[in-house]
Amino acid sequence: MAIARRPRAIHKLSERIIEWLLFLAAASSVAVTVGIVFVLITESYEFFKFLYEEGRIVEFFTGTRWTPGFAQAAYGILPLLNGTLLIAGLALVIAIPFGLTTAIYISEFASSQLRETIKPLMELLSDVPTVVYGYFALIFVTPLLQQTLLPGMGGFNALSAGLVMGIMIIPYIASVSEDSMRAVPMSLREGSYAMGATRLETSFRVVMPAAISGVIAAFILGISRAVGETMIVKIAAGSQPVMTLDPTESVSTITAFIVAIAQGDLPYGSMAFLSIFAAGLTLFVMTLLFNLIAFWMRARYREIYE
Amino acid sequence: MNKAVAPAQIHTEGVINPKAEVRNFSFYYGAKQALKDINLQVETDAVTALIGPSGCGKSTLLRCFNRMHDLYPDNRYEGEILLKPDNINIVSSRVDPIEMRMRIGMVFQKPNPFPKSIYENIAYGLRIRGENRKKVLDEKVEQALRNAALWEEVKNRLKESGTSLSGGQQQRLCIARALATDPEIILFDEPTSALDPIATASIEDLVSELKGKVTIIIVTHNMQQAARVSQNTVFMYLGEIIEAAPTEQLFTNPKQQKTQDYITGRFG
Repeated sequence: MAIARRPRAIHKLSERIIEWLLFLAAASSVAVTVGIVFVLITESYEFFKFLYEEGRIVEFFTGTRWTPGFAQAAYGILPLLNGTLLIAGLALVIAIPFGLTTAIYISEFASSQLRETIKPLMELLSDVPTVVYGYFALIFVTPLLQQTLLPGMGGFNALSAGLVMGIMIIPYIASVSEDSMRAVPMSLREGSYAMGATRLETSFRVVMPAAISGVIAAFILGISRAVGETMIVKIAAGSQPVMTLDPTESVSTITAFIVAIAQGDLPYGSMAFLSIFAAGLTLFVMTLLFNLIAFWMRARYREIYE
Repeated sequence: MNKAVAPAQIHTEGVINPKAEVRNFSFYYGAKQALKDINLQVETDAVTALIGPSGCGKSTLLRCFNRMHDLYPDNRYEGEILLKPDNINIVSSRVDPIEMRMRIGMVFQKPNPFPKSIYENIAYGLRIRGENRKKVLDEKVEQALRNAALWEEVKNRLKESGTSLSGGQQQRLCIARALATDPEIILFDEPTSALDPIATASIEDLVSELKGKVTIIIVTHNMQQAARVSQNTVFMYLGEIIEAAPTEQLFTNPKQQKTQDYITGRFG
């Protein structure tokens, strides 16, 4: 007896339709991304066109004052870049050594039971809303610093924002680095131990180099988080776009500026309104650059294991 | 008299001058006993092959010689493996495994070069022993690569990554790495099972050449390989030594029926 079969034509058609639906689902996320970039660029174009017509286009790249909302408007992005990089730099100075040490400990030294306990706890830490970290910086870290090391420091400062942001990023760096270190095959560790190496030597001289692409990716992820972080800066660092390398001063970052100015009543199409997009575009370009570096680093240093 | 050097307590046929002596030795993975009352002598500067069907414990025994089992929890040694001439009990909990691994090298089943340059792969063992003088390292690296028959192929690319080499070259690199620190014993754990026939032949030649210079224990699932490279062969089955004898004798005139069955291919 022949088996009953759906007609071939219907079967083929339904295959085609499903294929299309799957394609649309995949395409939608790309379309949204393209759309966002499109809006960023078109609105920024208006901003830069205005500057160009005023003959002030160079000011955006070299000017050291950023006051788009003021009557005496100045459009130099440098203070915001300065604040962004200062706080991100402070955060990384904390997060990289602590994150990496944590990763090495969990991956190479902790017993499996301890690892199973620590890792979820650590990942829980990264689920704490950043607004909580912000208030932690403002009402705990800043007073602590004022009472101990830096009595003259202001209530809003880059230092406590950077430190707390660093604490926030530790779990990210630790977790991603640890994953890539765990992925290093046991046979490499055995090879090292068989040469008479200690655990410390094996961790630093064999496992770390083998996991380096993942560790670098963890750093870049940390930088991207730090650069994009808004709430901590907004709450603890104040919002003065000051050109300074002194971490005890109040600074503003690109994201903090966007939040601050978007809270006011902004006339649609005004320069203050358009400046949001210019700042956003700058942030986008920065993050894109970091991602490209990460991509390149991964390709360059990747060790492939079966 | 010192009990450890009491003569004739154990004797493996064909062994005149033992480099290592396994006495009443058992090994446990947790509660599971993997090796049962092993007694064996390993001849100095000769090649001793461990053969037997999968799961017979040959690799397990090999990895006892450099305490590799210490890397994993719940493993337990019982009895003695004495390293001659100083009669140190390798598996004693009072003996530092790192100290033993400094004296006993190992080559693994799959080539495992470190993600470093060819040069640094060889220099690794010397560096962790505290040798950082460039002149000494250069000399030792060249010597080890020559001894592993790899020097001519890599002398102009010492800075390239060890992982860029072919499988056979990688394995010779691992042998060179083990040779660089002048170990007293080198353990080979099925060193050719991941290699093609040509690379296998070159590794076998190398092992044969090393005989007379260093004590070698090699685990192999390939009986022809054991016959080609070794002077003594140990046949194991279900965690026990069935027969240990000079290779030719074991293959042509085995004393045990089990050995006979195995080498004629009746099981395994």
